[in-house]
Amino acid sequence: MSTIIDVSSVSKSYGGVKANTDISLTVETGGITGLIGPNGSGKTTLFNSIVGYHPIDEGSIKFEGQEISKKLVPEIARLGLLRTFQQTRIYGEMNCVENMLISLPHRKLSLTDAFKKNTRADRDKAEQFLDFVGLYEKRFLQAGSLSFGQQKLLEFAMALMNEPTVLLLDEPTAGINPTLINGLIDRLKRANSEFGITLFIIEHNMRVIMNMADKIYCLAHGEMLAEGTPAEIQDDQRVIDAYLGAH
Amino acid sequence: MSKTLFYIILGIITVIAPFAFPAFQTQLATLWLMIIVAQSWDMTGGQMGYNSLGNIFFYGTGMYVAAVVTIGLVYPVGEYTGAAGGGIYTFTPDEYFLGMALSIPAAGIFCALCAFIIGYVTFGLRGPYFAIGTLGVAIAGGEMVSNWDWIGGGQGISMPSYPYNFDQFKTVIYFLYAILGIALFFFCRWLYQTRFGAAINAIRDDEGKAEAMGIHTMRYKLIAWAISAFFVGAAGAISAFQLIHFEPLETAYQTINLGIFMVVCVLLGGKGTLWGPVIGAVMFHVFKELTWNYFLGWQWVALGALIVVVVVFFQDGLMGYLKYKRPEWFGIAVDTKEAKV
Amino acid sequence: MDQILFNLGLLAEYPVVNLKIIIDGVMIGALFALAAYGLALVWGVMNVKNLAQGDFVIAGGYVAWWGAQQGMHPLLGVPAAFILMWGLGWVVYKLLITRVIERDLFTSLLATFGLAIMMAQIMNLMFGSDTQSINLGYETLYFADGLIDVPIAKLIGVCMAAGLAAGVITFMKYSRMGQAIRATAQDSRAARVMGIDTEKVYAFTFSLNSAICGAAGAIIVMVWVIQPFYGITYSVRAFVIVTAAGLGNLPGVITAGLGIGAAEQYGSHIFGIGYQQAIAVILLLLVLVWRLSQQRKNRQVLK
Repeated sequence: MSTIIDVSSVSKSYGGVKANTDISLTVETGGITGLIGPNGSGKTTLFNSIVGYHPIDEGSIKFEGQEISKKLVPEIARLGLLRTFQQTRIYGEMNCVENMLISLPHRKLSLTDAFKKNTRADRDKAEQFLDFVGLYEKRFLQAGSLSFGQQKLLEFAMALMNEPTVLLLDEPTAGINPTLINGLIDRLKRANSEFGITLFIIEHNMRVIMNMADKIYCLAHGEMLAEGTPAEIQDDQRVIDAYLGAH
Repeated sequence: MSKTLFYIILGIITVIAPFAFPAFQTQLATLWLMIIVAQSWDMTGGQMGYNSLGNIFFYGTGMYVAAVVTIGLVYPVGEYTGAAGGGIYTFTPDEYFLGMALSIPAAGIFCALCAFIIGYVTFGLRGPYFAIGTLGVAIAGGEMVSNWDWIGGGQGISMPSYPYNFDQFKTVIYFLYAILGIALFFFCRWLYQTRFGAAINAIRDDEGKAEAMGIHTMRYKLIAWAISAFFVGAAGAISAFQLIHFEPLETAYQTINLGIFMVVCVLLGGKGTLWGPVIGAVMFHVFKELTWNYFLGWQWVALGALIVVVVVFFQDGLMGYLKYKRPEWFGIAVDTKEAKV
Repeated sequence: MDQILFNLGLLAEYPVVNLKIIIDGVMIGALFALAAYGLALVWGVMNVKNLAQGDFVIAGGYVAWWGAQQGMHPLLGVPAAFILMWGLGWVVYKLLITRVIERDLFTSLLATFGLAIMMAQIMNLMFGSDTQSINLGYETLYFADGLIDVPIAKLIGVCMAAGLAAGVITFMKYSRMGQAIRATAQDSRAARVMGIDTEKVYAFTFSLNSAICGAAGAIIVMVWVIQPFYGITYSVRAFVIVTAAGLGNLPGVITAGLGIGAAEQYGSHIFGIGYQQAIAVILLLLVLVWRLSQQRKNRQVLK
C-alpha cells in the first residue's frame, strides 16, 4: 500500500490555545483510517487543516506527493480530496436528486460539458446512489424536509456521486438512529471496497470505528497519543485513560 | 403544447405593440430595457446570490464603447469631442448603421471582459463587501469618465443622429431592445437548466459546500457575471443610440436610477426565478409611469420610499409569494407520509 | 499628465507643502473617523450596514446651516444637530431599522440605500442643490512664510470632534447603557438572557450613531462645504475606514480615519480637485484588495 495523505509535524494554535501540536500521520491508499480522541482533542482542527480551512503554523501536508498546506479549499477539493461536515451541509431548498446532480464531479467536467444539461445516465447514477444509502423513496422531497439522519445519508451519497479519491468523514454516525448504524457501517465498507474510495474517518463511536478501520490514530489534548490497529488501540492503557478523563 | 402557444402569443404582442400604440413606443422600449437589466441582474443576484449594486457600471461602459466605436470608425474621437458640437461632423447612413452593427456586440464583449477583470477581485468578497465593492466600482467608473476629456469629460458625448425620420428611429430602437431582451430570456431559460445553472444555484445556497465539492466556484462566478455584463453592456449601447447625447454621472453611470431600479424590479417580481425579473420590470415600470407625474417633484423621494417598502415588506416578490402559497406549481413535492428510514 | 508631474514636483520642491496637506487631511480625517465610528457601532451591535450614514452627516450639516441662517450662533449648531439628529435617528430606527435587524445582510444594505436616496432628495427639495457652508468669521493663522494656513475655525472643529469622541468613548466605557451596548454587540442572545432590553439598546445605539453623524456634519459645514448629494461619499469613506480597521477597534478607526483624510488630500492635490469623489471610492477598492490579499494568506475570504 502506498501513502496518499502524508501529514508531518503539523502544529496549529488559535491565539494561545494549541489545537494541534506536532501531529504526524499517514493515510494509506485504499484503506480505512480512523481518527479518534475525546472532545476538544483537535480532530476537527486537523481535518480542517488538511482540507484547507485555515493556515497551519508549522509542518507539511502532502496529498499524492503534492504539498497542499498552502492551497485553498476549492483547489484541494478539485484534487479529489472530499470532506463531509460534522454539521451536515446539504442544499435544503432542492430535492434529493437535484442535490445529487449538483454533486457531479465538476473537476472532471470540461467547460463545454458544464454547459450541457444533465444526461439520463447522470440521473440514473444519482438514483442508484440514493438507493444505495436508502433514500430512493424520498428522492423527490426537498432535502431540507428530511430528518437529520437522512440528511447525513444524503450528504454521504452526494460525496459518493462526486467520485472522490479520498473521502474525509467527520463523525458519520453522530445523530443517526442506532438501529441504522450497522447498515451505515456496511455501506461505508462497501464504498471502500466496491468504489475504491480511501476513507479517513473521525468517529466517536468506538464500536463503529473498531469494526471498520485498518488503522487508528488517537489524539488527546492536541497531541498524538497512540496509533495502531484497532486491537492495539483497544488495549492501549493511555487511550483508555484519555477517554475516562484520567489526565 | 400550450407553452409554445403562450410564447407565440407573447411574441405576436411584442411585434404588434409598437404599431398598435405608436404614442407609447418610447415607454415600451424603456420597458424592454428594464427587463434586460433586471433579467441580467438576476443571473448573479438571484440565481447566484451575489447582490451587485454596480451592474450599472456595464451599462455606462457599454454606452461609451458604443460612442467611441461609432465615432471612431469615421473621425478621431479626441477631435470630435474637442469640438463639443461645433465643427461639421456628418455621418452617412452607411457609417451610422455600420457603427450600430459593430458597436452593440463590441460593447457587450468589452463589458464581459471588464467583468472578468473586476470580478477576479470582487468575487473574493462576500455579502455586504461585494455589494459595496461593486457600488464603488460603479461610482469610480462614473467619476473617472467624467474626468476623461478624450471622451468628452463631464460634458458627455453626442452620438450621430438617426439618418432617416424620427418615427422609424423609435421603432428601430424598440426592436433592438426587444430582440436583445428575447434573446436574453431564452438564453437564461436554457442556461438555468444546464449543470452550470445548477452550480450557480449551489453557490447561492451554500458556497462553502460547493467549494468543498470541487465546483469551480470562481470560474463559474466570473462566467455568470460576464454573461450578465454582456447583456447590460449591449443594452447600454442601444441606449447610447437612443439618447443621442449623454453625460457620465446622470445618464451613463446612473447609480441611483437604473442602477437601483434593476434590483427593485427583481425583488418585486421574485429573485431567482425565470419570470420574476420580467414580471417585476413590468410591474415597476407601469407603476412608475402611472404615478410619476402625480408626485410633483417628490418622485425621487417616493422612489426611495418604494425601495424601502419593497425591501422590507415584499422582498420575496410575486413569484416568491406564489412559491410559498402554491409550492406544487413549482414542482416542489411535499412529504405527506410520516418520515421513516 | 503634465499637471500631475508638476504637482508631484511641487511636493518635492517645497517639503513644507506636504506638512500642509497632512495637517488638512488629519483635520478632515478626524470628522471621517467620527462617522466611521458610528457605522462600526451600528454594524457591530445590530449587524446593520447603514448606507445612509453619509446622509445623516449631511442632514446634521443642514441643521446647523439652517440654524445659522435663523441667527443662531454657529457653534451652537453642533449640539443642536446632535439633539435633532438623535430624534431623527430614533424615528428612523422605529420605522425602518427595527424591521431589518434580523434579516439577511443585503436587506439592511438595500433598505438603507433606499433611505439614503430619500434623505438626499428631501434635502435637495428643502435646501436646494447648491453647496453651502457657514463662515465663522474667525482669522486664519499662517506658518512657514504663509505656505501653511490654519483657519481657526478648523482648529475649533477638530477640538470639538475630539471632545465628542472622548465623550462617546467615556460613555461607552463607564455608563450602564454603554456596558449594555457592548454586551449586546458580543452576543445579543446572551444579553437578552441576562435581562438586557436589546430592543432599547438597538434604538439607543442607532440614535447615538445618528447624533454623532449629525454633530460631525455640523462641524463639516463650518470647515468645508455640504451639498444634498455628498452623502454617499461620506458613506463610502465610513465603509473604507471600517473595512480597513475592522469592527470594535477604536484606535484602528481613528488611525484609518486620519490616514484616509490625508490620502484624500494628497490625491486631490496631485490629480486635481475634480477627482475628490473618485479618490474616496478608489481608496475603498484599494482597501478591499488589501484586506482580500491578507485574508487569502489565511486561506479565507472577506465576508
